[in-house]
Amino acid sequence: MNKTLLVLKHEFRKIVRSKTFIILTLALPLLVILGFGIYKGVQEWYHPGAPEEVKIGYVDEVGIFDEYTNQDDVLFVLYQSEDAAKQALLAKEIREYFIIPSDYLSTGLITRYTQAREAEPSEKTRGQIADFLISNLLSGEVNPEIIERAKSPVALASIRLDENGEIATGQDVFSSYVLPIVFVVIFMMAIFFSSGTLFQSITEEKENRMIEILLSSVSTRQLLMGKILGLGASGLIQVAVWFVTLEIFAEVASGTIPALSDLSIPTIVLVWAVVYFVLGYLLFAAIYSGIGSIVPTAKEGQGLSVIFVLPSILPYYFSYFIMTNPEGALARALTFFPLTAPLTAMIRIPIKGIALWEIALSVIILIGSIVLTMGLAAKAFRVFLLMYGKRPAFREIVRYIREA
Amino acid sequence: MIYTSVTLYFDAIRADCLISMCYDKKRVEIKVKGWQYMNTVEVSQVSKSFKGVKVVDNVSFNIVQGEIFGMVGPNGAGKTTTIRMLMDIIKPDSGEIKILGEHINENTKNVIGYLPEERGLYKKLTVTESLYYLASLKNMRRSQARDRATQLMERVNMLPHKNKKTEELSHGMGQLIQFIATILHNPELVILDEPFAALDPVNTQLLKDFIRELRSQGKSVIMSTHMMNQVEELCDRILMINKGRAVLYGSLNEIKSRYRNNSVFIECDRLPESITGVAGSKNHGKYVELFLDGKTSPQAVLKDIIDKGAVVNRFEISTPSLNEIFIQVVKEAR
Repeated sequence: MNKTLLVLKHEFRKIVRSKTFIILTLALPLLVILGFGIYKGVQEWYHPGAPEEVKIGYVDEVGIFDEYTNQDDVLFVLYQSEDAAKQALLAKEIREYFIIPSDYLSTGLITRYTQAREAEPSEKTRGQIADFLISNLLSGEVNPEIIERAKSPVALASIRLDENGEIATGQDVFSSYVLPIVFVVIFMMAIFFSSGTLFQSITEEKENRMIEILLSSVSTRQLLMGKILGLGASGLIQVAVWFVTLEIFAEVASGTIPALSDLSIPTIVLVWAVVYFVLGYLLFAAIYSGIGSIVPTAKEGQGLSVIFVLPSILPYYFSYFIMTNPEGALARALTFFPLTAPLTAMIRIPIKGIALWEIALSVIILIGSIVLTMGLAAKAFRVFLLMYGKRPAFREIVRYIREA
Repeated sequence: MIYTSVTLYFDAIRADCLISMCYDKKRVEIKVKGWQYMNTVEVSQVSKSFKGVKVVDNVSFNIVQGEIFGMVGPNGAGKTTTIRMLMDIIKPDSGEIKILGEHINENTKNVIGYLPEERGLYKKLTVTESLYYLASLKNMRRSQARDRATQLMERVNMLPHKNKKTEELSHGMGQLIQFIATILHNPELVILDEPFAALDPVNTQLLKDFIRELRSQGKSVIMSTHMMNQVEELCDRILMINKGRAVLYGSLNEIKSRYRNNSVFIECDRLPESITGVAGSKNHGKYVELFLDGKTSPQAVLKDIIDKGAVVNRFEISTPSLNEIFIQVVKEAR
């Protein structure tokens, strides 16, 4: 059998049998099943009882607040004096009370007394008090319909239009915010797990002195290619499992969970996801194998790899900006920078915020960078693989690779 | 060795011939140049520099079938670099290397077994998993590998440990497994770089027996070491390297007789006053070293001593140790 294939088979079998791989791969499907189970369970078993009636006391020094005391879920109880209200509060007849002073109409000032410790009154309480005040202020001035509108003047529905003025697809929150983030997280995990495993596999063989024994049977090229392809295949399986999970989840969830009724993951997104996974993996595989062959131990390589990993996860931190402005300069720049291209593209593609030419250009840039880094990594692999001991200085690395 | 059939036929163009032998039902083919055994290894004028320093400088040597060839020299002399070039791990800057008559390529790696100085095992794999993987990389079928691995492990009493992870093995056991991995695919050429390093006396003996057995099976063995006494014990021919240059090359006996300093050691009850052909002497306490005049043979000297009535307990022609020869050669080079 071809020796590259033998190495590939060995690396692949070693990784897919490892506990880390199995646990990581099955974590997402299990999590989804668990989450779905909990949702269903809650739907099945949770029947909310009648809400407890809350009583809020008030003292009206203006003298116009005597109607609409029954706002939703709250009963407003009028007290003639502050003392009476305080007694009621201490006797726990009411939850809290407030005073509408005589100069309220000119100042708007309301003083509220409560026994609860709170940083700020809850939005709900504020809304309830406001509703009560608005209702009474407008009572008799306008008709009840207008009072209702004044209490909640806007129920906002936003619709995004595309360049042609048509209603754009993917209006729902899930496909425009949650889905890209899910993609990005899956992507980061898959790419860094596979290429990190590659890094480990190289440094491990260096540390346990297997390298030279292996090189007496295979060439550096066969060894490197076998490793990259073997671990890439395992990564692809991982990504496939995760995407199939997502697809099934989308299918099931859109039918059963009302909030996700619009959810669907178009096949084209998955196709691009696989393309970008393969490219992203290959780029990091090249970087990691280069670093792995230069450093004597895995520990010393970690610091070096951070230099490349940090910029590559920038899109994750900027994901909000990219999602809200997918065609902006930042999003574009990150799409064309090879380290950030895979993640950025995976944020922009699901929300349809990317033009085809941008995808094409970023793919071309990625392929170019892969060819370049692979070439450098192969040289480093040849030169440094059999050097044990001290990590070479940066200048040495540059010179060796030039000479190789 | 039982050769059930031996056939000879000529390769008309190169005037080479091929001997096919059946040995232990396994077909072994050995190319023979002319009518003599062909060289297993031919290295001609090979040089290699790192960072402008010549690590190997114009080195040439041949290794024939069925010999143990010692590659000796101090640490950093260029032994390991030379071996890595034989293995096609490092490319020489200039010169030519042939293994079994072929320029080194994919296939030549399959007929070589290499035990590097820096060696180890996969910690998390079991003994047999490691062995099968390494054998598969030499294009050996799994069933074949299994049979031979069982056979070899049985010989070194490692069978009970075959399903252990290699990290559970003792250091010595690990070394034995590494050696088995080296010869598992029945290679024609076995290269051992410092094979006895960190081995206990029992395992050292076991390994020496293995090496001699390989020679008797017609394999070539290269042993690279800076331990001169082991070379003296095992090797037929040697190449001595110092600072990348070959300083001595040839049969061990021939080299030793070449560096004889023409003296004999004698231990006897009463040394005669004058002995014919002896130019001088030096008393070492228990024994006396006699310096010969260069015209008389040691046998004649011994005869003269006995004729003069001395009772000889020990008579030895002084041969310098390889170590002494090495020191002398290096001094001369300066």
